[in-house]
Amino acid sequence: MAEIIVNGHKISWKEGMTVQDVLDAMKYTFKLIIVKVNGELVKREMYGSYSVPDNADVEVNHLISGG
Amino acid sequence: MTDKLSRSVVAVAGCGGIGSNAAVSLVRAGIGELIIADMDIIEASNLNRQYFFADEIGLKKVFTLKSRLNSINQDCRITAYNVEIVREDVKKLFGAADILIEAFDNAESKQWLIEEWASLYPDRPVVSGNGLSGYGNFESIKIRRSGNIYFCGDGTSELADGLCSARVAIISNIQANLAIELLMKIKEAAV
Repeated sequence: MAEIIVNGHKISWKEGMTVQDVLDAMKYTFKLIIVKVNGELVKREMYGSYSVPDNADVEVNHLISGG
Repeated sequence: MTDKLSRSVVAVAGCGGIGSNAAVSLVRAGIGELIIADMDIIEASNLNRQYFFADEIGLKKVFTLKSRLNSINQDCRITAYNVEIVREDVKKLFGAADILIEAFDNAESKQWLIEEWASLYPDRPVVSGNGLSGYGNFESIKIRRSGNIYFCGDGTSELADGLCSARVAIISNIQANLAIELLMKIKEAAV
């Protein structure tokens, strides 16, 4: 079965899956994040168009106000 | 160590709780050049955690901090920008730096600053403050690494928990400490 890893968790992968689809599948509620796919940064404006390949390693780090 | 750090340039984006405290430690450590940027003036509410004093209320943060930092180490070359930092200016303001300390207060700005820096300079580290509210709970503080992006903090505490000097200073100094460690590696590799 086609899978990707998101923050260490395996989820199933579908052809054409975008970063936004991955975030939706993970039910992440936080809006402000830094996303990398196989170590490559994906900017916020690309979430809806960037295709995540099969077997990808996706990192999602969420950002918190305060400084 | 001092020799390597004296050849280093660090940019600090934001001169509030994180930025002012991190800058002090970097200058004490002997960083050769510091770039600081912030648009705010010093307010009474800042004094509970930021490296400012009551008689400085109403003054511009960057220029006041530059003066304090040069009182610590007059040899540190400090460029101070009293500007609103916007995405389009990241290269112009901070492009000379080996490392960026992300010291903004709100998460929206942290996001575009980290994205912009990591896109422009994928080989240069950015050290971000991420979750430093509240008090105590020391065990929750971590450094999480994603390539050359480093997130320092507990990763969870929200502003509603309030900002307290001790915890803000711990995390800003973790950022400064990490920046020093990374600079030593960068400068060693460059020899």
